Amino acid sequence: MNPSAQKTLSVKTLQINGKDVSAREDQTILDVARENGVFIPTLCNLDGLTPVGACRLCLVEVKGSRRLLPACITQVQDNMEVSTNTETLVKYRKMILELLFAERNHVCSVCVSNGHCELQAMAQKLGVDHIRYPYLYPKLAVDASHDRFAVDHNRCILCQRCVRVCDEIEGAHTWDVQGRGTASLVITDLNQPWGTSESCTSCGKCVQVCPTGTLFEKGRASGEMTKREFLPYLTLMREERV
Amino acid sequence: MGKQIVIDPVTRIEGHSKITIFLDDKGEVQDAQFHVTQFRGFEKFAEGRPFTEMPALTARTCGICPVSHLMAGAKACDALMAVQIPRTATHLRRIMNLAQIVQSHALSFFHLSSPDLLLGMDSDPAKRNIFGVLEQQPQMARDGVALRKFGQQIIEMLGGKRIHPAWVVAGGVAEPLTAEKREKIVAMIPDAMAIIQRTLDWYKDTFEQFRTEIRTFGNFPSMFMGLVTPHEEDEHNALLEHYDGVLRFVDASGNIVLDNVDPTRYLDHIAEAVEPFSYLKSPYFKSLGYPNGIYRVGPLARLNIIDRPGTPKADQEWTEFRALRRGVLLSSFHQHYARLVEILYGIEKIEQLLNEPDILSKHVRAFAKPNKHEGVGVSEAPRGTLMHHYKIDDNGLITWVNMIIATGHNNLAMNRGVAQVAKHYVKGSKLKEGALNRVEALIRCFDPCLSCSTHALGQMPMRIELLGPGNELLDHVQRA
Ligand code: FES
Repeated sequence: MNPSAQKTLSVKTLQINGKDVSAREDQTILDVARENGVFIPTLCNLDGLTPVGACRLCLVEVKGSRRLLPACITQVQDNMEVSTNTETLVKYRKMILELLFAERNHVCSVCVSNGHCELQAMAQKLGVDHIRYPYLYPKLAVDASHDRFAVDHNRCILCQRCVRVCDEIEGAHTWDVQGRGTASLVITDLNQPWGTSESCTSCGKCVQVCPTGTLFEKGRASGEMTKREFLPYLTLMREERV
Repeated sequence: MGKQIVIDPVTRIEGHSKITIFLDDKGEVQDAQFHVTQFRGFEKFAEGRPFTEMPALTARTCGICPVSHLMAGAKACDALMAVQIPRTATHLRRIMNLAQIVQSHALSFFHLSSPDLLLGMDSDPAKRNIFGVLEQQPQMARDGVALRKFGQQIIEMLGGKRIHPAWVVAGGVAEPLTAEKREKIVAMIPDAMAIIQRTLDWYKDTFEQFRTEIRTFGNFPSMFMGLVTPHEEDEHNALLEHYDGVLRFVDASGNIVLDNVDPTRYLDHIAEAVEPFSYLKSPYFKSLGYPNGIYRVGPLARLNIIDRPGTPKADQEWTEFRALRRGVLLSSFHQHYARLVEILYGIEKIEQLLNEPDILSKHVRAFAKPNKHEGVGVSEAPRGTLMHHYKIDDNGLITWVNMIIATGHNNLAMNRGVAQVAKHYVKGSKLKEGALNRVEALIRCFDPCLSCSTHALGQMPMRIELLGPGNELLDHVQRA
């Protein structure tokens, strides 16, 4: 962030779960909540990447707003009264997770990310013990044409972390999203096999930020795909250099 | 929202298996069929998956012998990568495979069959279970639990999880063995050894009572097949083998029909027939044709085809076992005895392997990309030879899978066995409890892997139908 810009930012005061907190005007509800030790579940959000509000797991209630608002992309305002843990929210969060599971084929027990998956961990944390919606069982192919990595769309929750890290950090913009709604798919270049992509630098950042077993290193057996948290260091180094 | 899917042969699904007994005009049993009514389609939905997922995926074929599928699956993957896995990895996989055989045989013998053996085939079905055994001979029930735990603890220590360990992977195993775990396993061996020795002594005193059952329980000539150690140089030195080795076929008189067969060439000698009455295919020995090419696999078959087990105590017991009959043992009732000898062998062999100098080596996995488009992995599961055969595309995605499970190899033999028992014990147009239990007990001898044996203690989810000459239903029994 540009230090000179920071000076002009004004301070806002608001309430989260009845507690008075203060924030810089450029902060989101999620930022402030985290600063104050309030837990809001997130999936698509990742520190160091621009938030997009794709998963809706971070929904909060704001007094006066008829809609629930995603905390990761809603900027703070003066006198906001935010609730993060109401009955409605608990209900919706579970529902959102269940819908994510029902949409594709998440077979945890054989998945490369079993035990290291953010979706799985979140479901456990929020107490999702069964899925009330019929599974769609889409027939989605695995693309293993890349020399080192593979993409299994069956596990994708369309969080777009891969799209953002490739664009914002690596600067290659190999990944993008095609289609709409549940039929969306992450694609490489012009929707061609990953192995034939001209822009992919094979850096593996997308694999590292993927919250599920969608993007993985080939050769990994079930439960073997662990990820490194490289992004905070990378962003820190880059900020220091400015 | 919800779609309705209609599955046509749904009428066939009553419990997990069904037996039909056919009577002729005179009311005598003419034939019997054993139907497997479960259909799982694993081979189909593996298509398109990365090959490295196969060991874990196929382990889900079965809740009873996941370890066996891990072995055959991982071996098929090694073949696709065209690697020789590190020696220590082979030892460690062997230990896990033997631990699985010990625990599975213990389950079959103590939990499922000992009620029949101890309390009698005609005893009160309400008591004829492991709890009845606990009442009458508490030591034996406890022994069963302890022996099973011995095997399961080894699996858990090696794999981290008891039921579906992800430790066996393409190229070897995921983690080396620690000195601490090795010590722990070594310390458990004396107790396990004491249990199996007293159980063998008890069984040898007891089984003579079951002369009629021995005579009528799947007692017919057939071939036997299984893995033995490679023995090119010395044809009289084929030892017991559960993990690797070569295939040997022996005929009903004990003559070697085929020897030193590379297991990856199994299709040269085995074909699979499909019968409309069962979802389970019927493999047969090709050169004898269908259905004459009937062969059996499993504990009895393994002890029938070898020249000796290869560990001191098991060698002795095996000699006694084989002395029961000249040539090979034909009665499937002897599966029980064979299981006990194999448990003994398993415990001895685990100890030997733990004493291998390189057992704690950290080098336990080979890494490679797939280098072949086709791979076969064959190993011995508790119930018999297990074959996994995969084909992949250039990117390592599965294009074709064939699996022959032990219960499949035994399908023809089980059908023949059921008919034999039914002919002897089913009289008239009513199914009596004693006869019914013997039909089930015959199936239990084979310990088929229909996932059913885990569901109930002493009773199997099964339907038995008695049909008259015009195929009219005379009687049926349904066990939930
Ligand atoms: S974390 Fe806010 S929408 Fe996903």
